[in-house]
Amino acid sequence: MANGNGLIHPLWVRVTHWVNALAVIVLAMSGWRIYDASPFLGFTIPGHLTLGGWLGGAIQWHFAAMWLLMANGMVCLTSNIVSQRLFHKFCPLSLRSLFADVVAAFKGKLSHADLSHYNAVQRAAYLFVMLDSVVLVLSGLVLWKSVQFPLLRELLGGYETARRVHFFAMAGLVTFAGIHLVMVALVPRTLLAMLRGR
Amino acid sequence: MMIKKPSQQFATNGEELIKNALKDLGHHIEQPTRRAFLQRSLSLGGLSLLSGCAVVDEESVENALMKVSRFNDKVQAWLFDPNRLAPTYPESMITRPFPFNAYYGEDEIREVAEESYRLEVSGMVADKRTWTLAELRAMPQMAQVTRHICVEGWSAIGKWGGVSFADFLRRVGADTSAKYVGFKCADDYYTSIDMPTALHPQTLLTLTYDDQPLPPRYGFPMKLRMPTKLGYKNPKYIQAIFVTNTYPGGYWEDQGYNWFGGS
Repeated sequence: MANGNGLIHPLWVRVTHWVNALAVIVLAMSGWRIYDASPFLGFTIPGHLTLGGWLGGAIQWHFAAMWLLMANGMVCLTSNIVSQRLFHKFCPLSLRSLFADVVAAFKGKLSHADLSHYNAVQRAAYLFVMLDSVVLVLSGLVLWKSVQFPLLRELLGGYETARRVHFFAMAGLVTFAGIHLVMVALVPRTLLAMLRGR
Repeated sequence: MMIKKPSQQFATNGEELIKNALKDLGHHIEQPTRRAFLQRSLSLGGLSLLSGCAVVDEESVENALMKVSRFNDKVQAWLFDPNRLAPTYPESMITRPFPFNAYYGEDEIREVAEESYRLEVSGMVADKRTWTLAELRAMPQMAQVTRHICVEGWSAIGKWGGVSFADFLRRVGADTSAKYVGFKCADDYYTSIDMPTALHPQTLLTLTYDDQPLPPRYGFPMKLRMPTKLGYKNPKYIQAIFVTNTYPGGYWEDQGYNWFGGS
């Protein structure tokens, strides 16, 4: 439900959303260039989609945007917990409601009349991307500091496994972002809400 | 609008003056490489991100990224635990063949002659004499099987043996309160490391690979092996070692790779 001011997204949500979007774009594009230096899946990502120009430049972008993501993520998470938005917006989520809403979505009957209310598909998608981001950050820490974080390294199956985990978590995030953008295109009011707050 | 103050206005003594002059000189010498790096780093993708933002020019972006990289050096030095060991592996897990890696191709591998080889030791050390390979082999030897992680992302497990670098530094009376240990190599490679990593128990001045004398492709006569650092920080074909407080940089580091390069 929208609060008293008619605000759908408070200012901190909008600011952290766009800062996060910037950090993720830089991290993904520079990360693709880093992947291209030693592609382990038999394909490379076209150079014009990548950031940094060469491996050293890409690493500099990646490890600069890392701090932006971390600082912004902490603000976002703390605000979500303190304001209890995390629990109000994304919980509860039951399999039954998720199933019902997925069916409704395919029938084109899922309503977006109230942008302040997330349906079960949205809740699942946002919870997925939150958990996926945690996996991305943790596997990234292992790649950066595999010797200094031994527990994390072993939890993620060692350095080489962590590389794969990091890549597939990125793929999950990029897939989310793609669907997210399609949904925004279908319901453009959501973009205005994320810019103006209402 | 910000007015940049000259940062080196007052040199307090002669040493400082020389240091500053060298720093200035280094800056100028560095320019061609820096330009190349600049073009490479921003020619693709980078500018589209900044379009519409005319105030931000390429050079200031590059400088900002370099500053973050220097900050990341500090964070890594802080995270580095001198007692934390890199994992070791059974010999059955050694990657065969272990990949060759350098800034040039395999057809350009340098062959160093053992008879005329002398390791030079200089800088902040008590004993500046040169070393023969026989003398290094006479020191206590140790070996370990560790994972080499390349900055490109790939990794490979190998077995290196040789002299504990901490033992060697103590033997030559190195000032272990100095900031850096630098290396100059027969293949014109150069790099430098922080003193805490130099003194790490797994940092080896290696003379063997897989129990055989280090072959030319892996850096004969000697390679510094640090399982706590990325591959490009591990110099091969070492000819000279020096201890210093003046930042020595490195072949890749001067082009933009992170200096600490720790893992």
